Amino acid sequence: MTSIDFFFLPWYKKVFIKLGNFFKALGKGLFGFILAIPKGIWMLIKNIGLFFLGLGKTFARGDFATKISFVIMGFGSIVRKQFIKGLLFLSVEIGYFYYMVKTGWNDMLGLKSLGTKQQGWAFDEELGIEILQDGDNSMKFLLFGILSVMVTIAFVTFWRISISSAYETQLIKKKGGKVNNFIDDVKDFFDQKLYKTLLFLPITGVLLFTILPLIYMISIAFTNYDSVHQPPGNLFSWVGIKNFKVMFSSNSVLGSTFFPILIWTIIWAVVATFGNYILGMLLAMLINKKDIKFKAFWRTIFVLSIAVPQFVSLLLMRNLLNNDGAINMLLLDLGLITEKIRFLSDPLLAKFTIVLVNFWVGIPYSMLITTGILMNIPADLYESARIDGASPYVMFKKITLPYMLFVTAPYLITQFIGNLNNFNIIYLLSGGGPSNLDYYQAGHTDLLVTWLYKLTVNSKDYNYASTIGIIVFVLSAVFSLITYRNSKSYNNEEEFQ
Amino acid sequence: MIKKEKNDFATYYDNSSAKKRQKGGTIVSYIVLIILSIIWVFPIFLLILTSFREEPGSFTPYFLPKGYTLDNYIRLFTETDQFYYGKWFMNTLFVAIITCIISTFFVLSVSYTMSRLRFKMRKPLMNIALILGMFPAFMSMIAVYYILKGFGITQSLAALILVYSCSSGLGFYIAKGFFDTVPKSFDEAAILDGATRWQVFWKITIPMSKPIIIYTILMSFMGPWVDFIFASVIMGDKYENYTIALGLFKMLEREFISTYYTRFAAGGVLVSIPIAILFIATQKFYVSGITSGAVKG
Repeated sequence: MTSIDFFFLPWYKKVFIKLGNFFKALGKGLFGFILAIPKGIWMLIKNIGLFFLGLGKTFARGDFATKISFVIMGFGSIVRKQFIKGLLFLSVEIGYFYYMVKTGWNDMLGLKSLGTKQQGWAFDEELGIEILQDGDNSMKFLLFGILSVMVTIAFVTFWRISISSAYETQLIKKKGGKVNNFIDDVKDFFDQKLYKTLLFLPITGVLLFTILPLIYMISIAFTNYDSVHQPPGNLFSWVGIKNFKVMFSSNSVLGSTFFPILIWTIIWAVVATFGNYILGMLLAMLINKKDIKFKAFWRTIFVLSIAVPQFVSLLLMRNLLNNDGAINMLLLDLGLITEKIRFLSDPLLAKFTIVLVNFWVGIPYSMLITTGILMNIPADLYESARIDGASPYVMFKKITLPYMLFVTAPYLITQFIGNLNNFNIIYLLSGGGPSNLDYYQAGHTDLLVTWLYKLTVNSKDYNYASTIGIIVFVLSAVFSLITYRNSKSYNNEEEFQ
Repeated sequence: MIKKEKNDFATYYDNSSAKKRQKGGTIVSYIVLIILSIIWVFPIFLLILTSFREEPGSFTPYFLPKGYTLDNYIRLFTETDQFYYGKWFMNTLFVAIITCIISTFFVLSVSYTMSRLRFKMRKPLMNIALILGMFPAFMSMIAVYYILKGFGITQSLAALILVYSCSSGLGFYIAKGFFDTVPKSFDEAAILDGATRWQVFWKITIPMSKPIIIYTILMSFMGPWVDFIFASVIMGDKYENYTIALGLFKMLEREFISTYYTRFAAGGVLVSIPIAILFIATQKFYVSGITSGAVKG
């Protein structure tokens, strides 16, 4: 269907087609996500295969020194007079085996059972009385087990590097070339291999403080580490996908909490993202108008509210909007109302209040972002539209919005994901309340993330918290796949440079 | 639909009414702007008002304060039996400066690498970063706490610095978008002249990237001033190591709010002033940082 055909359709058909397109995109995103999983697994298998293939080839073609390097790391380097490099490799190997013998191997074995000995009273033969015996700490078993696996993977990577390094020097020697000494190697790390130098520290940081905790928490989603199974008093163990089943079944109290919160989270993210975006754009257009004077002054007024840290402004808002807060007092003083408005304690009103306060927080941001881009829209587009007799509304819909959406699509996606995870505004403003007796550990305005937080901090149901974390991840991934994958800037990255 | 547009066309080109309409439109625009400004400034105005309020308590049955005083500000620094505002300020400043240095370095190295250097793992690493960014940050909070406990540094400022700066390398997308717009021809010319990649990075690209560097510095500097969740998990009840955000948050807890509400307001004003000045002075870099990333993707 061409756009002209579409234009002449009656409005309800237009709505149908737009809705259809939306669900098509949603389906595509979901499909893309589901497809990405086997693709990822296939890539992993393929890479492991290639890894061993390369290893086998190196072993077959390597000379004596290279072959020894498979067992004694750095041997090939030392034989070819690269002493410092060789010794570094060797020390990595020694360090790794020392770690494995000392704790690593047991840690890795502990992963399977997560501890067997429960803390409790045991009879001590020597003393002849019952004493409190320390049990296994499942939490530590899991954490150190994962750490040992990560260390092993890092070691295997180093091992592979040492072998290829030995093989490369062997080839250079064979050709009669000059073998790099240590200083040459270091120099290389600032030139051809600069990426390794620049990435080393950031990646170490991410491994330690993002990936390790994340793997740990993802694993916990498959255990029964809840409020009943708390180490060190109790053990927890693997339960497979039971937590997900509980979460998705409508019979359990968790399921009947999860679905309403999920729906509210999505509604919230859509309203907050697009509301802020469009209203902020309108505000920017208002200030950009030709006959408005003191533009910088108006902008600064709105920017002021961003500049005040959120925890100050939101905590203040919470007090202002309280039943006994300043806004109710002001309205009572002015005689506008006779009864206090329950801004944050009425379930439905609280949701509206939060959305409105979020506008207060978010509109200045999108005004700031869109102002500059709005001024970049070619003026002759508007000129010719005006001559064709387009009303301001039509111009906004047909020129401004499409242009802005095209340019700021990535910003919108980040905003959307940010709003799915918008912790601050809910936590500081309503704390998820007013509480709902039908929910498990959650209130009427809780989003998935704030519920996750409450499950972690208040009730220590870590397994359910992690399950929710994974679900939030899937949500974000699906929504971004819908748009990222199709965006030009993602697919044709090189073209822009 | 079409008929209506024709009508608009006719009225628009009827000159006298168009002018009137425009003038009326301007007045309406000003009125809207003034109303909106009042809504936006109102809470900030109230914050300042509360900070000077003489009588304590979080809720007053009237709107305007009965008396004004500077006491709230003075007692913030002099009364240190329960809360240590001055110390918190220095803590936050210290954490913010170190975090800022480390994460600016991390972000710039990662974004430059991803933008300019080509190697086998580039795309996979970028995808991994994208995927990691989609997990909610609070999910790993407890695990991070146990890792810090493993190092034996919970309840210390070092722990906070580690948490704030170590994962910062993941936030490279905006800076990468900027580096992508810096012409590659400079690099190529320098490499032809015998410069190493490091020299290109340090002596050519970095000096040309002032806006994005300022943006990165600003963002990482402001982080510690506004976070209270990670800080509260790490610090527990060790009041003297609190940061400003966490301390002010604590002041509003049920047992403190009635005595400390006005002081909270005063503390809020004090912490907002430097942040506001920083933000307003650098908002142009903030915008160009976001939009250069956005235009490019």
